[in-house]
Amino acid sequence: MREKPEPMQVIKERRDGALLRLVDAIPYIKFMGIRFDRRGDELTGTMAYSDMLIGNPTLPAIHGGATAAFLETTAIIELAWAEIWTKIEDEKLSGEEIEALPLPVLPKTIDFTTDYLAAGKPRDIYTRARINRSGRRYASVHVEAWQDNRQKIIGQATGHFLMPSKEG
Amino acid sequence: MRMDLIEDAHAIMSMPYDERLIGDPNTGVIHGGAISALMDSCGGASVFAHPENGSASVTLDLRIDYMRSAKPGERIFAEAHCFHVTRTVAFVRVVAWAGDQKDEPTATATGAFSFTRKKKEPA
Repeated sequence: MREKPEPMQVIKERRDGALLRLVDAIPYIKFMGIRFDRRGDELTGTMAYSDMLIGNPTLPAIHGGATAAFLETTAIIELAWAEIWTKIEDEKLSGEEIEALPLPVLPKTIDFTTDYLAAGKPRDIYTRARINRSGRRYASVHVEAWQDNRQKIIGQATGHFLMPSKEG
Repeated sequence: MRMDLIEDAHAIMSMPYDERLIGDPNTGVIHGGAISALMDSCGGASVFAHPENGSASVTLDLRIDYMRSAKPGERIFAEAHCFHVTRTVAFVRVVAWAGDQKDEPTATATGAFSFTRKKKEPA
């Protein structure tokens, strides 16, 4: 006999709970005003505009370093999220079980290359990451950032990451 | 961020350790992004301080290699040299380290920045 599907509420509670737990654990994400929205397993980052992010007050434009930091954060969250997703979905964890999980060990950046394609205007920036390769030890991730128009990216980056060892 | 030195295509900048910048809650190590921002700013400053520079410049690309994590609690330094310029592009190298560990860098970076030469003084 086929297993009865889980109620949607249970699924959402598990996935949103796990994402919030990951994101809230990293102080730098809060400091930069970054949040992540989820559709299924796909994440979209938003860095809310604030005056603190301005690098060139005469244009004005968002600081390239802030954009790079946001791109790198998105890559790390995407990698950590992919690991968490597999675990919580395979084991169908409940909200309380997710609360009880140890904080995830995050991947470490080996290198990160940012291309600046357009100045960041003083408004929100969005990002999405794609994991191009994810092996046992290394992962390669590409990230894009845009503002008004998804087709017109303002920055892109590729990075390599050292994955935490599974043996612990 | 603090400017520690800016002269002749060479800049040093630093920032204090701050708990709001923590990227890994398990170790208290500062987020790579915060170090990127410092290295980007410092690279830009070295371009600005190039004797032939004529206007403000923007980052075209920046590649950062992370050697080791920055020791929690230590001030982070970045030192940039703008080692070559053409009519339109400036090339920069940056090294970052924590505290007094300059011989054990946290990260190194190479970048390209837009560049505009100073107009020649009329003879």
